[in-house]
Amino acid sequence: MNLIEKIFSIGREQPGSSTMPFVVILGALCILASAANLLVPVDSPLHVSTYTITLLGKYLCYAMLALAVDIIWGYCGILSLGHGAFFALGGYAMGMYLMRQIGDRGVYGNPELPDFMVFLNWTELPWYWQGMDQFWFAMLMVLLIPGLLAFVFGWLAFRSRVTGVYLSIMTQAMTYALMLAFFRNEMGFGGNNGLTDFKDLMGFDLQSDTTRVVLFLTTALMLGLIFILSKLILRSRFGKVIVAIRDGESRARFIGYHTERYKVWLFVYSAMIAAVAGALYVPQVGIINPGEFSPLNSIEVVVWVAVGGRGTLIGAVIGALLVNYAKTRFTAIMPEGWLFALGALFVLVTLFLPKGLVGLFSRRPGKAKPITAEPAKEERA
Amino acid sequence: MSTLDTAREIFDREHVWPFLMPKAPEIDVSKQVLLYVEGLSLSFDGFKALNDLNLYINDGELRCLIGANGAGKTTLMDVITGKTRCDSGTVYFGQTINLLEKDEAEIAQLGIGRKFQKPTVFEAHTVMDNLELALKASKQILFNLTARLTPAQVVRIEEVLEIVGLKEQRFMLAGALSHGQKQWLEIGMLLMSNPRLLLVDEPVAGMTAQETERTAELLTSLAGDHTVIVVEHDMEFVRSIARTVTVLHQGSVLAEGTMDQVQNHPDVIEVYLGEEH
Repeated sequence: MNLIEKIFSIGREQPGSSTMPFVVILGALCILASAANLLVPVDSPLHVSTYTITLLGKYLCYAMLALAVDIIWGYCGILSLGHGAFFALGGYAMGMYLMRQIGDRGVYGNPELPDFMVFLNWTELPWYWQGMDQFWFAMLMVLLIPGLLAFVFGWLAFRSRVTGVYLSIMTQAMTYALMLAFFRNEMGFGGNNGLTDFKDLMGFDLQSDTTRVVLFLTTALMLGLIFILSKLILRSRFGKVIVAIRDGESRARFIGYHTERYKVWLFVYSAMIAAVAGALYVPQVGIINPGEFSPLNSIEVVVWVAVGGRGTLIGAVIGALLVNYAKTRFTAIMPEGWLFALGALFVLVTLFLPKGLVGLFSRRPGKAKPITAEPAKEERA
Repeated sequence: MSTLDTAREIFDREHVWPFLMPKAPEIDVSKQVLLYVEGLSLSFDGFKALNDLNLYINDGELRCLIGANGAGKTTLMDVITGKTRCDSGTVYFGQTINLLEKDEAEIAQLGIGRKFQKPTVFEAHTVMDNLELALKASKQILFNLTARLTPAQVVRIEEVLEIVGLKEQRFMLAGALSHGQKQWLEIGMLLMSNPRLLLVDEPVAGMTAQETERTAELLTSLAGDHTVIVVEHDMEFVRSIARTVTVLHQGSVLAEGTMDQVQNHPDVIEVYLGEEH
C-alpha cells in the first residue's frame, strides 16, 4: 500500500521532480516508435525500420548501463571504471541461454553441445553450462553472478577503505582480467568469437520484427522500472546516507553509519542493473564476445554520464542516448576520428559543463533556491 | 484492553516495537566514571603521539583538554572514537565496554559523538536532512530504505534547530552556510544523536565573539545530562567554561585541576603557559 502510494506520488511529492514526466515521455516515444514499425506500411515516410528499432533498443541498454554507473559514481562518488564487466557478464549469461536454445540447429547439429564446443572436441557440457537452458535459471544467473562478483569485490575493497583513484584502477584491472580470461578457449565461453548465431528466445524467432519490437519495448519497460526504483531508493534515507558518504564519509561514520556496508550494497545494486542491461543487449545485437569486457568500454560509459550530468538519473540516460546517437552518425562519416571526438567531448564537458547537459537546465543550482526558503517552508507545514 | 484498543495499538504509525528499538547497551557508571583511558601509547614512526596517557572522565562532567600543537589532543580523540588504533593501553566506556575492539560506527552508536576541528557537514544536503541523518535511530540499511520521520522526530529536529539558531536556514543547503553556521550545524548534528559523551574539537575556531559566547553557554548547559570533552586553544574560552582542565604535553597528562590551579602549576608554567606570562 505504502509502496504503491509512493510510486504514484513520485510526480507530486516534490514540485521540481521530473521523474514521472520523463518516464512517461520515454515510454510514449518507445510505444510510438514500435507502432510506427509494426502498423505503418513499409513505404510510408513514417515507417520506422526494424534496424532503427534494434538500434534504439541498443541505446536504451546503454542508457541503463549509464544509469548503473551514475548511481555509484554520481551519488556515492565511487568512480567505477569496470562496469562493462558486469554488463558483459549479464550478457554472457543471456548468451548461454540463447546458445542452449539453438539445440541441434547449429552447424554441427549436436543437440547438446554448442558449436564451438564440438569444434574444440569437447564431449560433454561443462558443469557451469548446466541449467542454462532454463530461462528462469539463466535470468537468475544474470543477476546472481554479477551481483556476487560485485559483492566480493566491493566487500574486499570497501572494507579495506580503498577509495578514489586506487579503486578506479582496481575496477579497470578487474574488467581487463575478465577480458583476458574470456578470450581463452578453455574457459568454455567461445573464446575469441564469443557466443553468437542465436536462433530464438523463449520460442520466438529473434530475426522477426515482432520479437525485435517486443525486445525493444521490454528494454524500455525495464529502463523505466529501474529508473523509478532507483529514484525511490535514492530519495529514501538510505539515499541520503549514500550522498552523505560521497560528501563526508568519515562524518557519516562518526554519526554511526557503517559506510562500507552501504557502499557494498549500492555497488551490488548498480552491478545488477548493468547486468540486466547486458542481458537485454545480447539478444538485440545477436552476439556477445570478450570485447565487451574491454576497459575502454567502461570508460566510455563514464563519458556518457559526465556529458549528461552525473548525480542526476535523467542526465545519465540523456547522456547515453545522445553520445551513442552521435557515435552512430560520426562513425558513419569518419570512423577513425570517433575516439578523438569522444576524448574532446569529455575534456570540454569537464571544463565547461561540470554538471553536464542537465546542469544547463537545472532549476536548483544550489545557491539560488535556499535564499528564498519561505515558500518551501509553507509546504512542509 | 478491548479489541479496538489492541487494533489501534497495532496499526498506530507511531508505535515503536520493542524488537525494532535500537539496543541501548548498558553503560555501567556505578563508579561515577564514564571514560577510563589507561596507559595509552601510540607512536607514528618513532614519534610518540601518546605516551602512557591516563585520563578519567566523570559522568556528566565538562572537561577541557589543552596543550600545545602535537601534545596529542586530537590523537587521543581519534583513539577514543576508533579512528586510530593505539599501540598499547585500554579505553573503557563505563565499567564494561571496551572501546578498542569497536569500529567508528559502533562507537558512535554507543553514544559517543564527535565534532571535528574543521566543520564537516554534508554540503549537498539541506540543514534539515543533515539533522535527520544524525538522528538517534537505527542505522541499518533495510531500516533506512523505508524510514520516515515520525512527528516526535520532527519536533526534536525543530528543537535542535532552535538551539543552534538555524531555524531560518532549515531548507538551505549546508554547503551554502557560513563557517560559523557550519560549526553550529555540526554541533546540532551531535545533539540530534543525543550522545552520552561529546568530544568537541576546537568548537569556536572561526566564530565571532558573539557566537563564541553562545557556544560557551550551550556547552555549559549540556554538561550534566551529557559528558563533554572540549579541546580548545582559545584560553579565554576555556576559562569561561572550564571546571576541570587537563593539560597534555608530549602525549601524556602534565597537570589537571581548575584553571587557576593549572595556571599556577610549575610544570605547566614551564612548558606551556610560561611563554604567555
